[in-house]
Amino acid sequence: MNNSSPTAPLNYLNHKTGLWSWLSSTDHKRIGLLYLYSITIFFCSAAVLGLLMKIEKIAPGETIMNAQTYNAMFTLHGIIMIFIVVIPGLAAVFGNFFLPILIGAKDVAFPKLNLFSWYIYITGACLGLYSQFAHGHSPDAGWTFYVPYSAEVNSNIVIALTAAFVLGFASILTGLNFIVTIHRMRAPGMTWFRMPLFPWSLYATAWIQLLATPIIGITLLMVIAERTLQIGFFDPALGGDPVLYQHLFWIYSHPAVYVMILPAMGVVSEIFPTFSQKPIFGYMPIVFSSLAIALVGYFVWGHHMFTSGMSYQARWFFSLLTFVVAIPSAIKVFNWLSTMYGGSVDLKPPLLYAISFIFLFTIGGFTGLTLGSLGTNIQTHNTDFVVAHFHYIIFGGMGFGFFAGIHYWYPKIYGRMYNIRWANIAWGILFTGFNVLYFPMFIIGLQGMPRRYFDYDPQFQTGQMISSIGAFILIIGLIGMISNLVYHRSRGAIAPANPWHGVTLEWQIPSPPPHENFDEVPTITHDPYVFEHPYTKSK
Amino acid sequence: MSTTEHSEYIDSDTGKMGMWLFLFTELFLFGGLFIVYAVMRSKYSEGFHQGALELNAFIGATNTVVLLVSSMTVAMSLTAIQKNRPNIAAILIFITLILAGVFLMNKYFEWGHKFSLHLYPGSDVMKNLPHGEIMFFGLYFMMTGLHALHVIIGGIVLTIVMLRLKSGKINQDHYLLQENGALYWHLVDLIWIFLFPLLYLIT
Amino acid sequence: MKNHDTHITSYSQNLTVLLILLILTTISVLAVEFHFGAFTVAIALIIASVKSAIVLTYFMHLKFESLLLRLMVGGVFLLFAIVVVITFIDYYFR
Repeated sequence: MNNSSPTAPLNYLNHKTGLWSWLSSTDHKRIGLLYLYSITIFFCSAAVLGLLMKIEKIAPGETIMNAQTYNAMFTLHGIIMIFIVVIPGLAAVFGNFFLPILIGAKDVAFPKLNLFSWYIYITGACLGLYSQFAHGHSPDAGWTFYVPYSAEVNSNIVIALTAAFVLGFASILTGLNFIVTIHRMRAPGMTWFRMPLFPWSLYATAWIQLLATPIIGITLLMVIAERTLQIGFFDPALGGDPVLYQHLFWIYSHPAVYVMILPAMGVVSEIFPTFSQKPIFGYMPIVFSSLAIALVGYFVWGHHMFTSGMSYQARWFFSLLTFVVAIPSAIKVFNWLSTMYGGSVDLKPPLLYAISFIFLFTIGGFTGLTLGSLGTNIQTHNTDFVVAHFHYIIFGGMGFGFFAGIHYWYPKIYGRMYNIRWANIAWGILFTGFNVLYFPMFIIGLQGMPRRYFDYDPQFQTGQMISSIGAFILIIGLIGMISNLVYHRSRGAIAPANPWHGVTLEWQIPSPPPHENFDEVPTITHDPYVFEHPYTKSK
Repeated sequence: MSTTEHSEYIDSDTGKMGMWLFLFTELFLFGGLFIVYAVMRSKYSEGFHQGALELNAFIGATNTVVLLVSSMTVAMSLTAIQKNRPNIAAILIFITLILAGVFLMNKYFEWGHKFSLHLYPGSDVMKNLPHGEIMFFGLYFMMTGLHALHVIIGGIVLTIVMLRLKSGKINQDHYLLQENGALYWHLVDLIWIFLFPLLYLIT
Repeated sequence: MKNHDTHITSYSQNLTVLLILLILTTISVLAVEFHFGAFTVAIALIIASVKSAIVLTYFMHLKFESLLLRLMVGGVFLLFAIVVVITFIDYYFR
């Protein structure tokens, strides 16, 4: 029986039907799915842009597009991926769907604001698309919009900046909603330290969303002011400082990467205990390292600007803090691995993605240290080394964390199971393609291949070609993964309430969840990761 | 344990926390401009001094007094509703709105005067000023402009509050919107408390 | 549903707060008359900070709110101050 037949139990999917019931729903679960579908569409579009860029770079010289088009491509690819997919991503989809359930609540603190946030998000996303097709040239200043180019170039920059501003608003309001939800809506007995780790990661993330995003908001307004009103804080001809733009931009955009990664770390922190059938190792260190990452992440932004002309003291300070902020992340990696050690490890797709998350995130993290050292930064800044680094961290980290989450929570969300073998095969192709695509970029980057260039010297040809082939493999893997999930949405085997034998609250309610999550609000009496019969080696 | 009441009123502590969090975002929004101010002032102390001389400290001080009084009247309106005097609360909100109008009128004349002297970003007069003064006036217009926008937004919110006081939707038992509107208004006052000395008094 | 807090600030208490704020405003305007040179900004900012603290504590009712809220407000101001200081590690030493 499918979930919307007359005899299916009442759940959030069949509670009310019809398109308008979805577009007007303040149910956090439905809003989470609204985000899931919009983000998936935008992700696929931006992935296609990435593929086109890689096709262009498969050989030197102009292959399928000229330099101007290439610049517009990487600009749009970056804007969509960063502002529309990765920053909102995990929090908007799984945070919305599961935060209330994981803390024993019926919904978030402000459900109507939650729906309103989605509409703001869609408005911003559409504005971003509109900047491509509006009268004038597509924006080509990169998603970073550095001045003076962004202040002077004749392309649809103002529309793109406005889009980013609007998207930032959605991010702020979601963060606000989550902070209040976590403070005020926890079920009776759920003290802070009985809260599972995914909500903790969302809490840390929400504070960054709340406090960092306004800074980029005002910075984008300043660039708009420079373009339209000749107010020129960044224009040297008027006495301004272009490096000041970089400071303000990265004061937000660096903490933003922690918005991207913290929820992913939270997701895998849920997956490891479940698929090891034992409690998470080091609950407290993971909690405090999440908070530490959120806080210290505010103090490292200058590592994007080492070659911009900052004082020596600033460069020294930012490099030191960059090394410091790596420590809490490393602590988490030790905790995750230790969770698996001695456990009853079940290598299902969620765990496959979680383990590969650690692998890819670690490579990204180590190469971040190379970039964070002043000396080596001079060699690697603005090369493909940087591009490889952030794709390992963001795509390998947040991306694979997202894939882990969707494979973990799919049976709960839809009450159906996907095909495990299909998922594993797709994972293998995806993982292979990912490394073939991005690892060569470390090498050619070290050899001097600049980023954001549509052409290159013949010496980089081999590396570029291997990388471009990797892009195709990656796309095939993505298609395989997504098609598995889409196909089984209505055709998969009916999933039980707790297919993975998890112990957190979402597995104690039916799949799919009822409209108000819990028939009775639960009372919490124990820590979040207590397994009745945890697997321990000595027995 | 009872099921959630789907009442039209949000729990007041929850709603208040949400409002405070929103105020934090406003602080950081203006904070970005304060960072620019700090950097530019440290670079161009003479230019900022000259620029500030162009501003009328008397109007600035008047506006400061106007906003401080309006903060008091909106705070008093909360006293009134807590004492179950919605009509007095509405009158106090109305006075707050009048004061907001006075503030905006002063701003209008101030800016108008600058425009009549061709003292605005992008003008020929502006382009020929020393860099420090150009930066000063850029900050002056952007900061006071953004602030004035928030005065208008606050005014709209308080107008809604006043109408709901009249209709009874806001009353002694349910006055979260009034409380939050007052908080927003105090924020508007707070920002001006910093803008006034930094723009008008640094001579 | 929790009721609003039961502490009511009286009309006269609100008026007193206003008078203090007006006195501080007067002081800051007069202080400009004396030429403190480089300290002018510092003095203006200190008086503004005191006024802000008074608005936050009394008009915005923080004195009677939860410790949590007071910690949040303090933390936010502290974070902003740190960001400004770090920015100046660049500008001061250039």
